[in-house]
Amino acid sequence: MTCLLEVRGLTVELPTPAGWVRPVNEVSLHIDAGESLGLVGESGSGKTMLAMALMGLLPPGARVEGEALLGKDRKEVAEVKEKNAREPGVAGGKNLLALNERQWRAVRGGQIAMVFQEPMTSLNPVMRIGRQIEEAIRAHESRLAAGDVKRRAAEALGRAAIPEPQVRAEQFPHQLSGGLRQRAMIAMALAAGPRFLIADEPTTALDVTVQKQILDLLDHLRRELRLALLFITHDLGVVRQVADRVAVMYAGRIIEEGPARQVLASPRHPYTQGLLNASPTLERGKLSPIPGSVPQLTAVPPGCAFEPRCSLRRAECVAAVPDLRVADQSHTARCVLV
Amino acid sequence: MHTSEILLEARDLRKSYRRGGGVFSKEAEGPRFTAVDGVCLAVERGETFAVVGESGCGKTTLARMLVRLIEPDSGELGFRGKDLLALRGAELRAERRQMQMVFQDPFASLDPRMRVAEMVGEPLAIHHPELGKTEKQERTRAMLERVGLGADALKRYPHEFSGGQRQRIGIARALILRPKLVVADEPVSALDVSVGAQVLLLLQELQSEFGLTYIFISHSLPVVAQMATRIAVMRAGKFVEVGPAEQVLHLPAHAYTRELLAAVPSLPSR
Ligand SMILES: Nc1ncnc2c1ncn2[C@@H]1O[C@H](COP(=O)(O)OP(=O)(O)OP(=O)(O)O)[C@@H](O)[C@H]1O
Ligand code: SF4
Ligand SMILES: [Mg+2]
Repeated sequence: MTCLLEVRGLTVELPTPAGWVRPVNEVSLHIDAGESLGLVGESGSGKTMLAMALMGLLPPGARVEGEALLGKDRKEVAEVKEKNAREPGVAGGKNLLALNERQWRAVRGGQIAMVFQEPMTSLNPVMRIGRQIEEAIRAHESRLAAGDVKRRAAEALGRAAIPEPQVRAEQFPHQLSGGLRQRAMIAMALAAGPRFLIADEPTTALDVTVQKQILDLLDHLRRELRLALLFITHDLGVVRQVADRVAVMYAGRIIEEGPARQVLASPRHPYTQGLLNASPTLERGKLSPIPGSVPQLTAVPPGCAFEPRCSLRRAECVAAVPDLRVADQSHTARCVLV
Repeated sequence: MHTSEILLEARDLRKSYRRGGGVFSKEAEGPRFTAVDGVCLAVERGETFAVVGESGCGKTTLARMLVRLIEPDSGELGFRGKDLLALRGAELRAERRQMQMVFQDPFASLDPRMRVAEMVGEPLAIHHPELGKTEKQERTRAMLERVGLGADALKRYPHEFSGGQRQRIGIARALILRPKLVVADEPVSALDVSVGAQVLLLLQELQSEFGLTYIFISHSLPVVAQMATRIAVMRAGKFVEVGPAEQVLHLPAHAYTRELLAAVPSLPSR
């Protein structure tokens, strides 16, 4: 299968005083144009680190392995894949994970962009919103005339459905409400026309009513612009609303993947099941927490990383890391019971 | 069935702040912004009275006024039949011992160099100076054990614990004086789903075990739905709807409550 973005065997290792740790462990995923993949997992499972690897923004000293191919379309990805297979190493420039910083400057913003939980981390607090968006455009199209840049910036604000765009363009980030700031960041991320958007917990800090508006906006944009969207969240309800497919991450690995509705309605991995049973809903019911907590990266259990917390564990679970097994057509789970 | 008894009662509580301009502001009297705008409530003994609302609606200011961490501008506050706002000195201390808070980040206001034993035992040291050292230690150890932490936790520092364990420590500190009322302000919103559920369950168990009354503050309707006997929906400093939990969740009367409910992303039913 060929998609707009294909990631294979992505591993990130970081040096710590306690030795090398692996926040991202042999992750493979794919996203097509116009498709939305929800990446869910609890704190520390490696979601942000995975996003940072795809943005070329890993912390200094990080080691990264694997392949991440991004094409204009499926055809280009297929060509790159074939070329990489024929002449390994040579086509390294097309593997995102092998880009150098100079190459990244063309790709970041232009082909891939990211929005964060806290817009202030990517907005410049002392620059007017409009100027920031213009700069984002100019960074990728230096030959564009000043008037065209202005027009494109206004379009970008309009796309993010920012009311009174001319007024907002003249304001500084702190003058905007949380929801509007998030819209401004989305406008900026999309200003230079990327095909792949990563949204890392973009609504976690927002009120539910505002969250709903931002989720609707992202959904609308990815359909209209045919964006490949990687939506990161810890909230299963949110993922159900925005994702076509969902990948569940635990201790650096993807442990279940499949169509969102199917994974959430009939999860096959005990961790996903546990997460659903621990998620409060509007129905009062007996909450069943998962015992224990997420393992430290310095002490990931051998075999299945969920084994110490799993009520269904067996002897074989500690022997080796279970493979992703096919549960049903495009639905896979990393558990010996599948 | 015994008749219900009011533990805490508030009438027309108000609190406003000066907008912007701090101590160094040029304008001595800037425009004021009303954080809590005439709230009335009556909390029955043994119930969980939840206040739900979006950021900035005034719920934390309200919570802190109820335990007199913040002084209201006006209004009345009764606790166990006493006029809480009129109490001073030893009398006030005696009542405040009966009302404790659980915070979103239990250590935000505590010295990070304090060991867990001191953190949890500190209220005992303040309110029960008559207790001997071993008695204090024993009560601290027992309380920690009750919230699910072993005796090895005593000698450790807060940064050595995960978020869920830290909240257990915060709960132990709140309960060590055996209060009647616990005001919990967003106690699980910083926690992961699986750990947050553990803490909610622990709070439920402790409530029946110690006969506690809860005031539970949260921005999350699903979380509130797990805990509340009654729910107050707060917006812009006011309660727009108060009622039995089932009714507010399933037959909301106010348009704002319906809007909040509609925005909650749903999960498949279990
Ligand atoms: N610079 C670093 N050096 C070493 N380890 C790190 C570094 N940054 C993050 N980690 C570790 O990598 C793991 C994955 O972190 P990451 O931020 O990707 O998790 P996450 O799934 O995004 O969590 P959250 O839901 O809290 O955002 C964590 O255990 C974290 O402590
Ligand atoms: S592999 Fe074993 S321990 Fe892991 S989730 Fe499946 S049953 Fe549980
Ligand atoms: Mg993260």
